Amino acid sequence: MASRTLILLGTRKGVFTLELDGSREPGALSGPHCEAMPIQHAAWDPLRGAIVAGAGSPWYGPIVWRSEDLGRSWTQSSDGLSYGDDEDAPAVTRVWNITAVGDAIYAGVEPAGLFRSDDGGLSFRHVAGLRDHPSRPDWEPGAGGLILHTIVPHPSEAERMWVGISAVGVFHTADGGRTWETRNAGVPVAGSPDEDTEVGRCVHKLGLHPARPEVLYQQNHRGAYRSDDGARTWTSINAGLPSTFGFPLAVHPHDPLTIWTIPLNGDDQGRHMIDGRAAVWMSRDQGATWSAQREGLPQQGAFVGVLREAMAVDRHDPAGVYFGTSTGQLFGSRDEGRSWRLLADFLPGICSVEAVVLEG
Amino acid sequence: MAQLHVPRSLAALFPSVPRLLEIEADDVANLIRELDQRYPGMADRLCAPGPRLRPHIKVFVDKRFAALDTPLTSVSVVHIIPAVSGGSDRPIEG
Repeated sequence: MASRTLILLGTRKGVFTLELDGSREPGALSGPHCEAMPIQHAAWDPLRGAIVAGAGSPWYGPIVWRSEDLGRSWTQSSDGLSYGDDEDAPAVTRVWNITAVGDAIYAGVEPAGLFRSDDGGLSFRHVAGLRDHPSRPDWEPGAGGLILHTIVPHPSEAERMWVGISAVGVFHTADGGRTWETRNAGVPVAGSPDEDTEVGRCVHKLGLHPARPEVLYQQNHRGAYRSDDGARTWTSINAGLPSTFGFPLAVHPHDPLTIWTIPLNGDDQGRHMIDGRAAVWMSRDQGATWSAQREGLPQQGAFVGVLREAMAVDRHDPAGVYFGTSTGQLFGSRDEGRSWRLLADFLPGICSVEAVVLEG
Repeated sequence: MAQLHVPRSLAALFPSVPRLLEIEADDVANLIRELDQRYPGMADRLCAPGPRLRPHIKVFVDKRFAALDTPLTSVSVVHIIPAVSGGSDRPIEG
């Protein structure tokens, strides 16, 4: 394996990068970058070979950082990340998700909305159709705020996309963002007695495999779910998991049936690893059965959490799996989760993990 | 011309910005407009839409709290100071 792997970490105090060599042995850790601003998501723009990172500075507001030299130098901008100057228009406070889709860069922000850049993240325009959805008066925030935190493009149909908003639910567009539909049937409401509402669903993370784009997986505040019809209807796949609560979810890069999630002990019980024993849970049959992966992970006293964007897979075979904790540990596996090791420690709380394979 | 003291953390976002500037402006809003002309994007760092000063950005003119409409003279001394209250990210859960 000649290719290197670059791990991108968005943390509460800036972006860090960790380079893994051809054997996926950890090398140099670099950071904190981006003036140690809180980074919700550091992502990769494959078209331009750039790191793009979404931030929210308490002082300086929402910012998209960008590096075209693997983190050695950075520029920042928030041009266009605004709902306008009207008195009633809310101020965008932070960027929660940054996702490259073809030659576009999408940003999900707080308060929940979607922006698109056609110049690599230098400037953005509001995808206004989403906030025009008639359900918006009923949108309520989750613990992280009213945030658009997940962006899942259709792999081959450029006009289609799913997004996740907490604590609102899943939306789908088939016309490039002009109009949107809620896609929450089968997922229970969180935090409301009104099961008839089309929103109120606390989606935590969505994933799909490009080979089966109508099959979506969802880690929700109230369990793990799968949809086989483009998110029109969802079915619980939580049986076999030790908890309904967790944040991240990852899909195997080569096997559409294999997924990982990290159950935590419960939304009102601390949101940490169950009994302080760290485990990643894997299903090889699209959620029908699950097994815990613990080898190499701490099995006592690990009262750590893992946030929604803080798990990633690489494209190697066997695939690497990585997760970062809200207390600054980065764990990695080179064998699809069978065994784990600590790759970095004593970092700021980790909000996002991405794994980029660099050829040559 | 008014004398402007630029905080370290703001200058770090615009590498060519000196920490001390002289700017011709008749109020704070126009000072920020002039800054944005010289250093595109700087107004976005200081102001939310409206525009209004961001909640944790404090501007002082001659050592007094100032607002966007605070007048400036040719001898005004302006400090932009990131408020102590903005020094910690709020807890993130999600």
